[in-house]
Amino acid sequence: MKQKIGVYICQCGSNISDYVDVDKVLDSVKDLEGVSLVKITMFSCSDSTQNEMVDDIKNEDLDGLVVASCSPKLHLPTFRNVAIRGGLNPYNYVQVNIREQGSWAHSDNPKKATEKAIQLVKAGIERTKYSNALEKTVIPSEKAVAVIGAGIAGMKAAIELADMGLSVYLIEKDFFVGGRITQWEDLCTVEELASDTVTRLYDEVKSKDNLTLFLGATAENMSGSVGNFKLTINIRPRYIKSDFNKDKIEELTGKCKTLTPNEFDFGLTKRKIVFKTYPGALPDIPVVDIKNAGDDINIINEFKDHLDLDRKDESITVDIGSVILATGSDPYTPKVGELGYKEIDNVVTFQEFKRIIELSPNGKLKYNGKDIKSVGYIYCVGSCQAEGNMYCSRFCCTCAISTSLSINKRFEKIRFYHVYKHIRTYGKQEVLYDQAGRQGDIFFKFDEDEEPVVSMVDGEGTITFNDLLTDGEEISVSPDLIVLVTGMVPRDDYKRVAEVFKAPIGRDKFFNEAHPKLRPVETVIDGIMIAGASQGPKSISESTKSALSAASKADALLHKGEIELEPTLAMIDTSLCEGSGLCIQACPFNAITMIDAGGKKLAQVEKSACKGCGWCLAVCPHDAIELAGYTNNEMEGMIESLITV
Amino acid sequence: MSNNQNDQKDPKILVFSTEKISDPAIDLAGLLKLHYPATAYTINVPCSSGIKPRWIMHAFEKGFDGVFIAADGTDCPYSIECTTKTGELVSKVHGMMKEKNITPARLKMAAICSVCAEPFVKHMKTFHSELSAMASN
Repeated sequence: MKQKIGVYICQCGSNISDYVDVDKVLDSVKDLEGVSLVKITMFSCSDSTQNEMVDDIKNEDLDGLVVASCSPKLHLPTFRNVAIRGGLNPYNYVQVNIREQGSWAHSDNPKKATEKAIQLVKAGIERTKYSNALEKTVIPSEKAVAVIGAGIAGMKAAIELADMGLSVYLIEKDFFVGGRITQWEDLCTVEELASDTVTRLYDEVKSKDNLTLFLGATAENMSGSVGNFKLTINIRPRYIKSDFNKDKIEELTGKCKTLTPNEFDFGLTKRKIVFKTYPGALPDIPVVDIKNAGDDINIINEFKDHLDLDRKDESITVDIGSVILATGSDPYTPKVGELGYKEIDNVVTFQEFKRIIELSPNGKLKYNGKDIKSVGYIYCVGSCQAEGNMYCSRFCCTCAISTSLSINKRFEKIRFYHVYKHIRTYGKQEVLYDQAGRQGDIFFKFDEDEEPVVSMVDGEGTITFNDLLTDGEEISVSPDLIVLVTGMVPRDDYKRVAEVFKAPIGRDKFFNEAHPKLRPVETVIDGIMIAGASQGPKSISESTKSALSAASKADALLHKGEIELEPTLAMIDTSLCEGSGLCIQACPFNAITMIDAGGKKLAQVEKSACKGCGWCLAVCPHDAIELAGYTNNEMEGMIESLITV
Repeated sequence: MSNNQNDQKDPKILVFSTEKISDPAIDLAGLLKLHYPATAYTINVPCSSGIKPRWIMHAFEKGFDGVFIAADGTDCPYSIECTTKTGELVSKVHGMMKEKNITPARLKMAAICSVCAEPFVKHMKTFHSELSAMASN
């Protein structure tokens, strides 16, 4: 137990001392058992006070340190470093929050704020008394990273990591790279084609000797922990030989007759069973969709010398130190009947509209064989919902408006009606909004509590709404095409991916970062990073930025070849463990195993896999598990100090 | 309930908050000067599903009038199962409380997200009032 604790009570300028009587706090704790020194400081975080603390630790031979100041979220690392500089173990330092949870929260009642501060500081002292010197564990790590998803974010992260000298495994579920943007041709806000962007990135990927691309591949299972994961990958066969004869495959494609809905075009077209998603898809190697071959199987067999029909699913395992999840997003699919979707012929989603544009002949925008002369957008479909997807999908307003501009350069004059709840063309994109108005587009605003109605009126699909810009007047428009501007949702297999990597999922069902500002691409699972729209709706620009950030974090973690692990780990008291196994069931990280110790079953914690969540503590019927830094002595000592006046 | 007469008028609440989710919300309440009873004291833990039942019982035995678990809910960084697990923990402790003739309503749990400052304050005020009412009955 610590007997020479130094206690520093911070005034934080006057942020604390305006409401908390710091002298009274000092008087209340200075004679407590174990307290060797108490000081009031103006700013504990200032360099001069930090140096004073370092000197005190050395000169007074302190064995524990308490700073009563602001939230640990701000200065825990600061004062842990002070402890280290003074020669103390950083885990013998405890920070007590008497500002956010003291002076500020109770600025209405200084007397009560002071009483609370006294109790909190006493509890901090008690915790320090029982604190143990803990050491971070250092383990060797693999200098290799798996990037899941070869869309824009995944390819960008993989290229960057390869340039940093790490081995990279880029794993893509589809047989072609590029992800969702390959379904869009023109990109905003740059005069650039999506296919050109994908081609440039793909060429870079292929040029890296230390980057391996797996296509038709899914991550199936991962074991181990940060620095030393083992990832099992399942690779589906493409059924085309690597040295395939292009002419023969084209001949095979020509002979095949079976057609199946083309997922790439959202079922707007049909494709053959030997196919590429779009003509420029990369790599330039078709796929044979054996499952849907139907009668074409006989034709396929005729060409078996050029195919790899005996190939089965292949499973391989790679050793990696970190993972970047860049699995992207799916477009929101409206329910049948939602704003007329799938019930009224001329209602489509924005993503379908983008394909309709690409599938239209030059000079004529057509849908179902009809010329399109007018388009009505309804915004925020599947986003900004009162219930459901409450988030804004961020990209849709800009993309929809940008498309209304680009379409008029490509086709004959098309009239656009924008029926919106909010328009969020933030930053430089505001220019597009301005241009759309100048082009003659008409904007209507509906109240978020009064969604538009889409119905058939006189045989035409019609949008009816109350327009706030004309004092709530009811307006109806019947454009040739009604486009539901749909936002982003997580990929349909997000749960499976989350399960494989133990990745945390947020309320919006996208992957969740550890901290939105301070750790925006890390998750609380050490070594698992997130990038791009897998984290939430993002533009391409935002996706690449997050990908570069995630790559940097992965490199920072692994480039030394060894990593440090936090010491907040579950500890089994083997004298109390009766081998109930409940801890094994409770652990979300498979960090506990049962061992046979001379005929007695005992739980054993794998330190590198334990994340310190404490779930095992709560279920042990024999109280045989403690969490380092949260032992019974520390927790119950704090509880008693808080209640004892 | 604790023996001190003043305490009976001003119930003491032990709040178990979580370092990454609910504790930031409680900090935010302070930052926004959203006031709540000053007899609510916070101890943070990594996750609300990792609170030992004996810690909660210890709080009651030592004189806390109420224990509030500011749970991670669906934002839990460790697992999507957290709400269920914390719920199971609360049910288990409710059973232990009944055995000790402690009113189960003195242990409450609510999910507090990292920006849920106002809901936290509301919970504290409501729970404080409920505990006051229990004390006077």
